[in-house]
Amino acid sequence: MLKQIEGSRATAEAIALCRPEVICAYPITPQTHIVEGLGELVRTAELANCEFINVESEFAALSVAIGASAAGARAYTATSSQGLLFMAEAVYNASGLGLPIVMTLGNRAIGAPINIWNDHSDAMSMRDAGWMQLFAETNQEAVDLHIQAFRLAEELSMPVMVCVDGFILTHAVERIDIPDQADVDPFVPPYEPVQVLDPQDPISIGAMVGPDAFTEVRFLQHYKQNLALRLLPEFSAEFKARFGRESGGLLRTYRTDDAELLVIAMGSVNGTIKDTIDEMRADGVRIGLVTLVSFRPFPTQALRDVLVGAKHAVVIEKSFAIGMGGQLANNVDLALRNTAGAPQVHSIIAGLGGRPITRQSLHNVFRRALVQPWEGAHFLDLNESIVAKELHHVRKVRRSGPTAENILRRLNESAQVVAAE
Amino acid sequence: MLQVRIHGRGGQGVVTAAELLSVAAFLEGKHAQAFPSFGSERTGAPVVSFCRIDDKEIRLREPILGPDALIVQDPTLFKAIDVFQGLKPDGYLLVNTNKGLGQLHLLDVAARLPNGHACAVPASELASKHIGRPVPNAALLGAFAALTGIVHFHSVATAIRQQFPGKIGEANIVAATAAYEAIASQSAAA
Repeated sequence: MLKQIEGSRATAEAIALCRPEVICAYPITPQTHIVEGLGELVRTAELANCEFINVESEFAALSVAIGASAAGARAYTATSSQGLLFMAEAVYNASGLGLPIVMTLGNRAIGAPINIWNDHSDAMSMRDAGWMQLFAETNQEAVDLHIQAFRLAEELSMPVMVCVDGFILTHAVERIDIPDQADVDPFVPPYEPVQVLDPQDPISIGAMVGPDAFTEVRFLQHYKQNLALRLLPEFSAEFKARFGRESGGLLRTYRTDDAELLVIAMGSVNGTIKDTIDEMRADGVRIGLVTLVSFRPFPTQALRDVLVGAKHAVVIEKSFAIGMGGQLANNVDLALRNTAGAPQVHSIIAGLGGRPITRQSLHNVFRRALVQPWEGAHFLDLNESIVAKELHHVRKVRRSGPTAENILRRLNESAQVVAAE
Repeated sequence: MLQVRIHGRGGQGVVTAAELLSVAAFLEGKHAQAFPSFGSERTGAPVVSFCRIDDKEIRLREPILGPDALIVQDPTLFKAIDVFQGLKPDGYLLVNTNKGLGQLHLLDVAARLPNGHACAVPASELASKHIGRPVPNAALLGAFAALTGIVHFHSVATAIRQQFPGKIGEANIVAATAAYEAIASQSAAA
């Protein structure tokens, strides 16, 4: 049914359609509206047979989900940013134990400096924690990915994190098709656990594992994620057959035929990039887009197949590893390792801490990639003059003060100068 | 694509206004995208919300930089921020005030827009009278429908009724109707 609703509300309705039996809720911006929506659906009994548990922290949220999942319940939770960090130990436990929990991550920057706005630092902080990570381009895809996530998680008995851009998607009100329960039920059949804590048939889960077996357990986690590389396209095709929409899979391409420059991105920025590409194509620029849906597992082969033949691959991402560069760019580089005909990879870091990514800036930087390609990471719309002033200050003064406060003060000063002019 | 930017202060229903406008457009079979400016929304602080309306899927996720229409819910904002940034030459301006545009020093801005594209409406006053609280957003949307024709008034009223069923919604529709009629009669006189 078509509705004009907030992304968070739509996500909550989609999760309810998957009939979770335990929801662990702890509020953190910008994810909060999702669990609030679910709380309401449980209260009104639109979501029946579900235990909605208000826990005392994010660590508890995922720990309770782990317990519930091990006891055979379909378990769900959601978080953002510092909340994900606070549950970090449990994040690894959920995947190491092979429990098919689904978690929404309302993507948000990580402090300090404290920042409530969107970027992908939180998802990247847990990229190696053994969870599958899927990124939604639109709120429609957020809805669709959650439905596919429960299926995928339970098929492999592995947890799935659905990444949804905070505010940009979670707080946007738009036209979203909410599927019918009758269609979702056959797509997400009742949970049949591969391991369950049952007093009638006691087992233990979470044994101490020494050097003799640890590698094998880890290898099997990796093996299962590789199976997802096959399952994700299968589920996406089955989803399309049932619901009539393209969503999920490993990656999607847009106007890639004959492209000499291919942009690679994850999440909601893909929409703005598509509009930019249409404008540049109209000007005769041979540019296309690869939208990565699955970051973990990383679709190395699928990506290589798409990229080989292009001259330039421009990776644009909302996160970076300080002292190293963009994580996605690094992963793309790895995917192209030892590959004949691989494009040059150029990295753009954009949208950090919620800075808008505009068509204008994208135009400029994509054109630059064609005429003046760069090495290393390019920070989109970096205020170079403020940075230079701060660096100068730091060189001159030993007790130079806190960086964030210094930058804020300089920004205020330059705004006042502009106002005075 | 039509892009509407709404300026106001926390507590004036700025975000709700964009949402209601998007629902009105949705009811007319259009695609619409409403989103807030994502600040810390404190009461009284400047708040911006956005609404895009199109006949096809809206993919763009940048803030609205070049609006086709501006709704200003609080006339004290003109001193605080550059409300008019990016406003298109053929755009619309709707201001909530019980004064005239001249008293707010907006005649220059109005003169740069096509005739009849800038309007003042006492939305807070109408809201106080009909709702009992000076929340101007519904009244402004009624006036917006009359000024721009981007959405029909009937769709605005239906959107208000859907989002706020019951007495509050009905009172808001009365305020919106009064604002719609005020603008419609101005245009008829002009």
